[in-house]
Amino acid sequence: MRVPILKQGEYLIASIQSALTDQELSQLKDDLLDHAGRTRARGVVVDVTVLDVMDSFAARTLRSLAHMLDLLGAATVVVGIQPEVAFAMVQLGLTLEGVSTALDLEEGLAFLQAKAA
Amino acid sequence: MAPRFEARIRIRSDADIVAARRQGRALAEQMGFSSTDVTVIATAISEVARNIVQYAREGEVVVSATREDGRDGLTIVARDQGPGIADVVKAMQPGYSTANSLGLGLPGARRLMDDFEISSRVGEGTTVTMTKWQR
Amino acid sequence: MSSKPKPLPQPPPESTAALLRELVAHLRENRIQLREEWVRRITESKLLTAMTREEIFAEATSVYDNYVEVLETGSVEALQTYARNLSERIIPRGVETHEVVGIVLLLRDVLARSLFRKYQGDFELLNRVLDAYEPAANRIANTVAVSFVEERERTIRLQQEAIRELSTPVLQVRERMLILPIIGVLDSQRARQLTEQLLRGIRANRAKVVVIDITGVPSVDSTAANHLVQTVEASRLMGARVIVTGLSSEVAQTLVTIGVELGKINAVGDLQSGMEEAERLLGYRVILEESAA
Ligand SMILES: Nc1ncnc2c1ncn2[C@@H]1O[C@H](COP(=O)(O)OP(=O)(O)OP(=O)(O)O)[C@@H](O)[C@H]1O
Ligand SMILES: [Mg+2]
Repeated sequence: MRVPILKQGEYLIASIQSALTDQELSQLKDDLLDHAGRTRARGVVVDVTVLDVMDSFAARTLRSLAHMLDLLGAATVVVGIQPEVAFAMVQLGLTLEGVSTALDLEEGLAFLQAKAA
Repeated sequence: MAPRFEARIRIRSDADIVAARRQGRALAEQMGFSSTDVTVIATAISEVARNIVQYAREGEVVVSATREDGRDGLTIVARDQGPGIADVVKAMQPGYSTANSLGLGLPGARRLMDDFEISSRVGEGTTVTMTKWQR
Repeated sequence: MSSKPKPLPQPPPESTAALLRELVAHLRENRIQLREEWVRRITESKLLTAMTREEIFAEATSVYDNYVEVLETGSVEALQTYARNLSERIIPRGVETHEVVGIVLLLRDVLARSLFRKYQGDFELLNRVLDAYEPAANRIANTVAVSFVEERERTIRLQQEAIRELSTPVLQVRERMLILPIIGVLDSQRARQLTEQLLRGIRANRAKVVVIDITGVPSVDSTAANHLVQTVEASRLMGARVIVTGLSSEVAQTLVTIGVELGKINAVGDLQSGMEEAERLLGYRVILEESAA
């Protein structure tokens, strides 16, 4: 299943709807880079609220996405990491260094707006 | 002791990683693990299942409920007949990766679970066995 | 010693089963009287003093029937479930392990005596009956004792957890700001629990800033510090920033020397300045009331 990407003003929002395979997650990364390049978005929100697991592959993909979006001039914020998921991530050693985070979509957009101001 | 429940998932593609995770989660929930532990277990499964797809192409993950000394535990066995690991000690070190990845899968899974064992032989395959005990 | 020729062939292997059947019939027949005797012995031995006579009688009836059922079916499952349930009910009343083991041994004894009376005319048969009875009875005693001890341990664990939860509140001092005052030793289990609690608190209160005050932690070693770093990182993953207060500069220095990465920890002297920093992060204008010198 492809993750829908919404455009809201200068921002792109990708709301993950269900557990993703590695391939689907890589697809999302490509799609976002493609969209961001075409629309000259200034920021991207990746909503992972429904993800019940964030493993090393997901973390690596999100980190490289954020890095590449940065090169395109767009800021990335990952929102909705659940308490249990955050707990498991740090135990695994995944801290999403270099990626901004926020509690939920609303906070994520507020973060991007504050950053642009 | 003999396992009381067991689910076997064949691992051949990245969709099977998701399936294995789901099975592990379902069993952990059924056994009454806390929501944090359920997530921890699913995450550890994800790492070892992915290693199978990535390095051995195919294999299996078996999740089972075990009981020892009056304690209930969930055991995960990830097994393949792939290339094996030449230096297991190195492979267990955080940051070591032959795939230019983060090298966090194995050491991370060990931290997530209570018991962790890995045995591997070059040319024969790899087996990871790990257990989370109920608190 | 098999000199005396017997009219019957050697007992076949199922004779144990046959004996147990006979035994079960005997115990059913004399249920009322044996149960009475058992309850009397329980009271005499001053066991289950926390329970009323009626309660003891009701439980004794269930245990007796379960006991006979185990002898009949050979399966301890039903007894096990009952024993767990019973334990759950009586543990909060303060019933001790020795009392539970004691009453089961009493029952074993009461029943053995009754078998003795019944078969006293045929010593050899009595021996065989007791041989069939003993292992089953011991198994029953063991099952009940183990169930009780397991249940007791579970209860104690739950109580300890509840106490721990109580002793470390996650406080919301103002909108979107939490304070977690840690008091006591920060071992792995505790750190894990605090982190889980804090992360849930962050979501529930939509917190943006957390102040963790460790003034009350007697010694911050590398284990404790590493846990702290993990807590800070997990909070950040949820979008909350953490300020740590009460970490003395000497301790911080030592931690860095032994290789703990404190870089990710935003450490501020005391709780007061930590809260001010938190308010600044939240965008509040800080009014320094106490600065009126
Ligand atoms: N099932 C396996 N078969 C063969 N080699 C394996 C297997 N699992 C792990 N390895 C080897 O051990 C190394 C370390 O594995 P680990 O999962 O810790 O890190 P990674 O897979 O390289 O990176 P990450 O899991 O962080 O994406 C791998 O790079 C690989 O060389
Ligand atoms: Mg791996």
